[in-house]
Amino acid sequence: MSRRAPSTSPVARRILHGDRQALARLITQVENRDAAALPAVRALYPHSGRATIVGLTGPLGVGKSSLVNLLLGHLRRQGKSVGVVAVDPSSPFSGGSILGDRIRLERPPGDTDVFIRSMASRGHAGGVALATRETVRLLDAFGMDVILVETVGSGQSDVEIHDVASTSVVVVVPHLGDEVQSLKAGLFEIADVFCVNKADLPGADAAARYLAEMTQLGVRDGGWRPAVVQTSTVGPKGIEDLWASVARHEAFLDASGSRGQLDRRRLTDEILGLVRERVDARLALALARDPELQDFLDRVVAREIDPHSAADRLLSEIRRTA
Amino acid sequence: MSPEQSSGPIRVLIAKPGLDGHDRGAKVVARALRDAGMEVIYAGLRQTPEEIVDSAIEEDVRLIGLSILSGAHMALFPRVLALLKQKRASRIRVFAGGIIPDEDAKRLKKMGVRAIFGPGASLDEIVATARRLAGPARS
Ligand code: B12
Ligand SMILES: Nc1nc2c(ncn2[C@@H]2O[C@H](COP(=O)(O)OP(=O)(O)OP(=O)(O)O)[C@@H](O)[C@H]2O)c(=O)[nH]1
Ligand SMILES: [Mg+2]
Repeated sequence: MSRRAPSTSPVARRILHGDRQALARLITQVENRDAAALPAVRALYPHSGRATIVGLTGPLGVGKSSLVNLLLGHLRRQGKSVGVVAVDPSSPFSGGSILGDRIRLERPPGDTDVFIRSMASRGHAGGVALATRETVRLLDAFGMDVILVETVGSGQSDVEIHDVASTSVVVVVPHLGDEVQSLKAGLFEIADVFCVNKADLPGADAAARYLAEMTQLGVRDGGWRPAVVQTSTVGPKGIEDLWASVARHEAFLDASGSRGQLDRRRLTDEILGLVRERVDARLALALARDPELQDFLDRVVAREIDPHSAADRLLSEIRRTA
Repeated sequence: MSPEQSSGPIRVLIAKPGLDGHDRGAKVVARALRDAGMEVIYAGLRQTPEEIVDSAIEEDVRLIGLSILSGAHMALFPRVLALLKQKRASRIRVFAGGIIPDEDAKRLKKMGVRAIFGPGASLDEIVATARRLAGPARS
């Protein structure tokens, strides 16, 4: 089948023709893990893979949304269409969420070359939601040239953006203090670009210098050495530099051949994850429905069968019923 | 993707149209809806009806909650309703609160604003109304 074969899913066809409501509703279904989304999601997959996906991560309140807003304007002036996915945490108590990143995002009314979606993490750790990757892919298929992803902003654990974005920007502020320690632990490894935001405040030069020193460590020959830029969203200042660094990293991915490897590794991980999910679901079903398996479990409890042998039996059981 | 979870949390957009800067009520309501398990997209101050409707469509919310204390509701609320209709998004329901005189509230309800709350309104009642308006999960 050709890469751009006409779609068999009516929803996918509507989305490919620019239907924003159809796209918005499909994203909701993906978020809700609704199986009804699958035909369109499958049909749209061949249309993805074109967009530049830029992640912005970093501690709470460092200015991620403000930077997304300025990048959005910068890219629109270059004629690029822009998708935004902004993730905020869900309350562990109520499951609800206040998604406030949109407050900072401005755009000309009726601009159909922009699509902004707020997303709650729904308990998923790692700084993004389970549905973030698929949502980014839908925006990609929808035709957005660049997709900006803002993570939750919880700090050092927000490393999953690295599996979603082609370029990860780690945003910090001048008075780093203890944050530097936590950066070393997690965010430091995933940064393709360091952005010292709030450079209108004192200490930005020192922070940038420190980061530049850190990036000299551990760079492999021919590897990418993370760029360090200073920005301020009041003023504003450094936004062109920030985008130029992102673009340089994107060019590096192409020139070095890493883009293909990266894509392959991520898709492999994704497929393995999906397989695990399906196996889990089938195991749970088998355990719940099959009275023989319950007897089997009783025998494990009675120490007649060991858990390893039981696991082998269960596995062959679901293979048989597959 | 599993078939058993076809509906997620209720998504609501809370916005303040016009130039009104009173945002306490909108924030209080947003928090109450969050605490009731809803996902609240807080769009903030000074939103035009166009921005509100475009955001509501992109976010695929079931409800738009408008808050106005400045007196501009008779100009702004009908505009939001008209845009929803024009963009074929009237499935998104509108409710509101703020300083809205009774006779205006009556007229706005006739036009299609589903519920209107004034100062001192009970948050429990607002949450219950939001749940009722969001209706059963659509598939
Ligand atoms: C606090 C206040 C301010 C604060 C606002 C702080 C802030 N960031 O919000 C300050 C001091 C800044 C202020 C300024 C002004 N204010 Co003032 N202010 C008030 C006051 C005293 C209380 C409002 C309040 O916060 N209430 C608490 C919240 C929780 O209640 P609420 O907003 O009513 O929300 C409840 C319900 O209405 C409802 N609700 C509200 N929104 C929504 C949305 C949805 C979706 C739902 C379901 C429900 C809902 O649920 C909430 C919970 O019960 C009111 C008087 C009053 N009693 O209402 C005047 C009042 C609103 N202000 C008024 C005026 C005139 C002004 C100024 C123009 C004064 C001036 N000349 O400078 C400025 C304008 C500011 C601006 N930029 O818009 C007038 C408005 C008159 C009118 N509409 O005809 C009022 C009514 C006072 C009066 N009696 O004259 N104000
Ligand atoms: N001085 C200064 N303040 C800034 C700058 N950028 C953002 N801010 C302020 O920092 C605060 C947080 O900005 P946001 O853009 O919301 O930050 P964020 O990282 O998206 O925040 P979360 O999503 O809550 O983690 C706001 O009050 C901004 O006005 C900057 O360059 N300089
Ligand atoms: Mg933010």
